[in-house]
Amino acid sequence: MSLGKTEVEYISRLAAIAVEEQEVDEVAGKLSNILDLFSQMEAVDTDGVKPMAHPLDQVQRLRPDVVTETNQREKLQSVAPATDQGLYLVPQVIE
Amino acid sequence: MHNLTIKQMSEKLQSGEITSVQLTQHYLDRISKYDGELNAYVTVTPELAMAMAEEADKKIAAGQAELLTGIPVAHKDIFCTDGVKTSCSSKMLDNFIAPYDAHVVTQLKKVGMPILGKTNMDEFAMGSSSESSYYGPTKNPWDHKAVPGGSSGGSAAVIAAGLAPMATGTDTGGSVRQPASFCGVTGIKPTYGSVSRFGIVAYASSFDQAGPMTRSAEDSAWLLNAMAGFDERDSTSLEREAVDYSAELTNSLKGLKVGVPAEYFGEGLDPEVEKIVRDAIAEVEKQGAEIVEVHLPNKDLAVPSYYVLAPAEASSNLSRFDGVRFGHRCEQPKDLQDLYMRSRSEGFGAEVKRRIMVGAYALSSGFYDAYYLKAQKLRRMVRDDFTKAFESCDVMMGPVAPTPAFNIGEKTDDPTSMYLADLYTIPVNLAGLPGISVPAGFVDDRPVGLHIVGPYFSEAKLLNIAFQYQQVTDWHTKTPAQYQ
Repeated sequence: MSLGKTEVEYISRLAAIAVEEQEVDEVAGKLSNILDLFSQMEAVDTDGVKPMAHPLDQVQRLRPDVVTETNQREKLQSVAPATDQGLYLVPQVIE
Repeated sequence: MHNLTIKQMSEKLQSGEITSVQLTQHYLDRISKYDGELNAYVTVTPELAMAMAEEADKKIAAGQAELLTGIPVAHKDIFCTDGVKTSCSSKMLDNFIAPYDAHVVTQLKKVGMPILGKTNMDEFAMGSSSESSYYGPTKNPWDHKAVPGGSSGGSAAVIAAGLAPMATGTDTGGSVRQPASFCGVTGIKPTYGSVSRFGIVAYASSFDQAGPMTRSAEDSAWLLNAMAGFDERDSTSLEREAVDYSAELTNSLKGLKVGVPAEYFGEGLDPEVEKIVRDAIAEVEKQGAEIVEVHLPNKDLAVPSYYVLAPAEASSNLSRFDGVRFGHRCEQPKDLQDLYMRSRSEGFGAEVKRRIMVGAYALSSGFYDAYYLKAQKLRRMVRDDFTKAFESCDVMMGPVAPTPAFNIGEKTDDPTSMYLADLYTIPVNLAGLPGISVPAGFVDDRPVGLHIVGPYFSEAKLLNIAFQYQQVTDWHTKTPAQYQ
């Protein structure tokens, strides 16, 4: 499978990773090679095989609905790029 | 001091012949002397190490010591370590000081194991050579031209070079076992769910599993005892009674049924690696084991299945790196979308971006069934192969990787060729089984490991076989000449 510029732009948006104009060809080439590897799966007959999500087919464990986390806002925000009064700062979203 | 076994170190610590402060200082000195060239550590933490060593000495003096109290350890830089940079070898987390400890770190702190530092790795554990690190590649202590393997290449290298007596690693597609093989150390990936993933920077959550990396199987059993156990903070942690992984070490191998999967000795396997692996199997046979041929017919489906599923999980897991709450943020974003797109583009390296993009594509509308769902079905087929094979054997043996360590730079231009080299380790992760790499010989001064894989929860048995093999061989005791 060979990806073109349009597909790379689409994937770039899905992944929220900017791809520079000059990188498009290289990215398209390497992603296409990986998709070629995936195409080996097509020929396999998987009728009646159940998809496997967990090695031991375990289901999610439930826990009592009680508070276990303590408030550590200052500590956790100490690693944030920009905060103000306990809030994370981002560029203006609403005009 | 660094040539002692962990058992000897432990005895000398308990008897007062040496102190943890002396032992820790010895390793810190070796790190300053050797690591500039090796680049196995991303961060060295001498102050933390010495403070912890003093605490350990007090604990020993008070008679409260456990087996590993006072023995220093190096953590792969994927384990969050409170107050210490935890970079995952990525520019994205170059400024990230973890605000809490991973469960594994907490466990080893409780035992009193001083932390020497954080070891280099492939960025976000995505790779098989430790070359994709933002901090540059780690060298293989046996041959500086060679890679140490990956992604836990730094942890393997520090054990081989005697820059730490014990280290932690994680194995998503072979990342403990393959570097263990390349560096001539012992490394075990336990059954999925045995060691808590809490505080391990997530790559592919349904595969990620931490394990010990040490000189010998005995050392690995002890470290695994300290690392494993139920943790309610990991939703896939298994609720089981505590296990003593060292309990079976000295059991006899008489009557053990060893399966040799014919498919693991096919095309692409280096003949010299094959010879070493077959010789190792013969050695185990001499100890009373019976060798039987088994089959894993769907082996070739494992690599494509894994490289759909792991990137799909990664694309979801790594969406947390958005330039808002932690990690790298681009300069002067023009709007929120630009902030996300550029922070991620600047913060992630090429291989990580590739896997996120492939994963996002595999999960996208119109491709989900053909890629993701199909890969999950193949995953079950690969797992069922193992289940069937274990009906006629107790464990399986084969190679860890098709070749010894390759040269730095040899495979970086062709990511898919690197993926294909994971063909023996990946099936084990798909199935969630335990597997161990045990040093078994050398090809031109580059180490080769024997891969032993067992049914779920057979870690103690794998360690028993490795221990008995290490009673009659000395590969695991060898040290590269320049690091003696």
